[in-house]
This record gives sequence, structure tokens and C-alpha cells, in this order.
Amino acid sequence: MKTRVIKLFDVITLVEHLCIEANCVMTSDIKRCLEKQAKEDKSMLGRDILNTLLQNAEIAQTESSPMCQDTGMTVVFVRVGQDVIFDGGFIGDAINQGVRQGYEKGFLRKSVVSDPLKRINTNDNTPAVIHYDVVAGDELTITVAPKGFGSENKSQLKMLTPSQGLQGVKDFILDVISEAGANPCPPIIVGVGIGGTMERCAYLAKKALLREVGSINSDEQLASLEKDLLAQINQLGIGPAGFGGSTTAMAVHIITEATHIAGLPVAVNIGCHATRHAEGKL
Amino acid sequence: MLQGTLKENYRRKIMYDKIELRIPLTIEAAASLRAGDMVYLTGEIYTARDAAHQRLFDDILAGRQLPFDFNGAVVYYAGPCPAKPGKPIGSVGPTTAGRMDKFSPLLIEQGLRFMIGKGLRDQTVIDKMVEHGGIYFAAIGGAAALMAKCVVNAEIIAYPELGTEAVRKLEVKDFPAIVAIDSRGVNYYDIGRKKYEVVS
Repeated sequence: MKTRVIKLFDVITLVEHLCIEANCVMTSDIKRCLEKQAKEDKSMLGRDILNTLLQNAEIAQTESSPMCQDTGMTVVFVRVGQDVIFDGGFIGDAINQGVRQGYEKGFLRKSVVSDPLKRINTNDNTPAVIHYDVVAGDELTITVAPKGFGSENKSQLKMLTPSQGLQGVKDFILDVISEAGANPCPPIIVGVGIGGTMERCAYLAKKALLREVGSINSDEQLASLEKDLLAQINQLGIGPAGFGGSTTAMAVHIITEATHIAGLPVAVNIGCHATRHAEGKL
Repeated sequence: MLQGTLKENYRRKIMYDKIELRIPLTIEAAASLRAGDMVYLTGEIYTARDAAHQRLFDDILAGRQLPFDFNGAVVYYAGPCPAKPGKPIGSVGPTTAGRMDKFSPLLIEQGLRFMIGKGLRDQTVIDKMVEHGGIYFAAIGGAAALMAKCVVNAEIIAYPELGTEAVRKLEVKDFPAIVAIDSRGVNYYDIGRKKYEVVS
């Protein structure tokens, strides 16, 4: 059997770097979208706010400062080839060490409490939320997606029934965004998971946030649904920072998966105007 | 592309519709503000978010002395990033104000009537604001690196054990905010949204 050894020291260094990059550098797809909307939004205040957000991103990148003070709970997506062997300890420990170092060296805020009820800050932003996916091959791909809770708190999941169908799904998504209003720092990205089980559906919604803004869903029906929903969301009037306008969302991204004959789970995960993420490979 | 350099852009923004407000704010000055006004705050403001609000709330109920004078003070719902060497503070944008709604009515009654945050407020808070001449300012959520540039000085003045959630006194200059809810209870979030809502 062919195997490839990856040193965990390299994983630590990569995660450290990705934590800082994700927090300080706006991805180019989001930047392009904000630049376009800064010219096209119907509200003058809205256009001004979008320009302010671009200006903020420019300062953040130039100074290597975080775009937002909420540098998030660190969500890490790991795609590990089944031919990879890790050398030097446990992969989960290495990822958390990378987060620890990245948040310290990058002057990022530590926003994680060890226990949801006792609420004592761990002071190093660990533990990270880590999603492992074992794939074919011998590569390791890591995506760090720090998630702020202004937008996370407005996310929702609902177990619909099959008879509620497509209309039920659409109504739920629009309700979630309408209710979220100004709170999740619009313009937002709407990540939607449909199908699977309860926890799988939430995972899909989170993963959907990582897709490139402006990309078209490879499934024709979903592509058209995404387009419809985006248009309807942008008619809600919420606008940049919630002060009114025609840019409430930059994109709607949907991922569907097999589900049970009795169920239609739908999860809506909202990403803020910066929906931060950075990817690296070893 | 951004038009002009960063510096020019910033100056341009400062130049139009500029309402300069000096802190401490008087109730009279606050009464003249209208929902939707762009303001630039200069003076001292105090950060306090979830954990600090719980502490202030408990201090009031227990009759303990408060860490700063509420009268005319402005509270900023924020927990900053650590400061880099030579800088007064790290990125410091507003957090969601709604989580403070449970505590705000009592704090407003005690004189802390001027607030900066982001997002929607509960009607109980708005009612108290109207009763006491309060103002809820919104800063732009996510523009935290830019807002750090308005902070001249920062020091922890209470609850240091809360880390980023400690109460900090910030000396700010031309700190940009929008009057989201004015002292009459007029809510600019509602006005703005209705204006651009397309009813099909």
C-alpha cells in the first residue's frame, strides 16, 4: 500500500497561517460582489455602507488586523486522503495548537468558553469545531472558517415534513432571513442544507457558505432555486447593515443530500458580509 | 475599486452630513437628534457587552457603587481584539445589541441612556428610551478595523477578569455612527427597510 507521511508540525504551521489569513483578508469573490453592489444598491446610505465595509477590508489587509473584532469560533474543515499517515501525534491536537498560535500571533480575539453553562473563557480560542472528511488520495486540505456569532445566532434549522415540499423550504428560508433583519451584518451569504439527518443538514448549510460567490450551482434546478431566493431576499429591503437597500444577500448556496422517506430537514446558516474562510493544502 | 486613496475616501465621508457630538451628551443635545442622522462622536465612551452587563445589573440590584458615572455617558456594546504593540486597541466593532435588552431598561433608569451597538432592540428598551430621552446609535457591524482607528486611548476600568468583556474607557475621535432609534422612539431600521421593501 502506498502511503504518504505528513508531519504534524506542518499542519500546525498551516492552521496558524490560515487563522490569520481568514480573519484579515477578504476573499476576492466577496470583494468583487461588494464592489459591484456599492455601485448598484438603490439606497445611497446602503452604497456608502458598502464602501465603508470595503474600506475596512482594505485597512484590515494592509495592517494585518482582523476585519471584525469577533474573530469567531474556529470551524475547521479537514479533507484527509486515506493514504495519509500523520507523524508526531494526533491530528486534532495539531489543529488546536495551530488555532492557539494563530489567535495569539495574529492578535485575534479569544471568544470561546469551555462550558456553555459555566462560561469560562479558554483564553486561546480552542477547542476548534473540526469536521473530518476522509477522501481518496494522499493529500490533506484544510479550510479554516472562523464563525462570528452575530450571524450564527440568527441561523435556524427546521424538520419539515415531505408534504411541505419546495414551497415549505422556500417559506422557511425567507422567514429566517426576514427575522434576522439587521443582526447578522448584511449583506449576508445564505448557506442552505436540505436533506440528510438533523446534524447532517446543519453541516451541509455551514459547508454551503464556503462556495465561491457568483458561482453557479451545477444542478440546474438548484441553480434556479438559488436565483429565485436571492431575488426574493433582496426584495425584503433589509439592505447593507440593515438600514434599508436592495443588497440584503450576496448569494444563496444550497446543498442537498439523501434523506429519509418521512423527513425534509432544512438548515439555514447565515454568513456575515465577510463570511471568512481560507484554504490550504499539504 | 475604491475611489481615491483610503485617506481621501475617509475625509470625504467625514465631510458631508457631519453632526459632531461631544461626550458627555446632554439630554437636550440628544433630543435634537433624529433617526437616520449620521453622527461623529468625540470624547470618552465605555465598552460593556454580555458579561459586563450582567455585572452592572447585579451591582445595581445589590446597591454597589458603579464603575463609572452613568449620567451623560455612552456605552458601546463591544469586546475588542488584543492591541498590537504601539496601538491603543485592536479591531473594535459593535456587537449585537439585542442581547443586552434584558439589562438595558434598568440601566437606562439609572441614567445610562446612550448606547452604541448594532441590530434590533426590544420594545421594552425603546419605551424606556422614550421615557428617559435615550438614544440608540448603530455603528456598522463588521467595520471593526476602521473603527479602531477612531480610538485614541483605551484603559480597562472595571471587571478586568472578564478579558475582552471587561469595561474599557475609550477615548474616541470622530467615531462614526447612525442614530438608529431616537429619543422619540423613531426606528431607522424600520424606516429604511420599509422604504426598500418590494411588496409583490
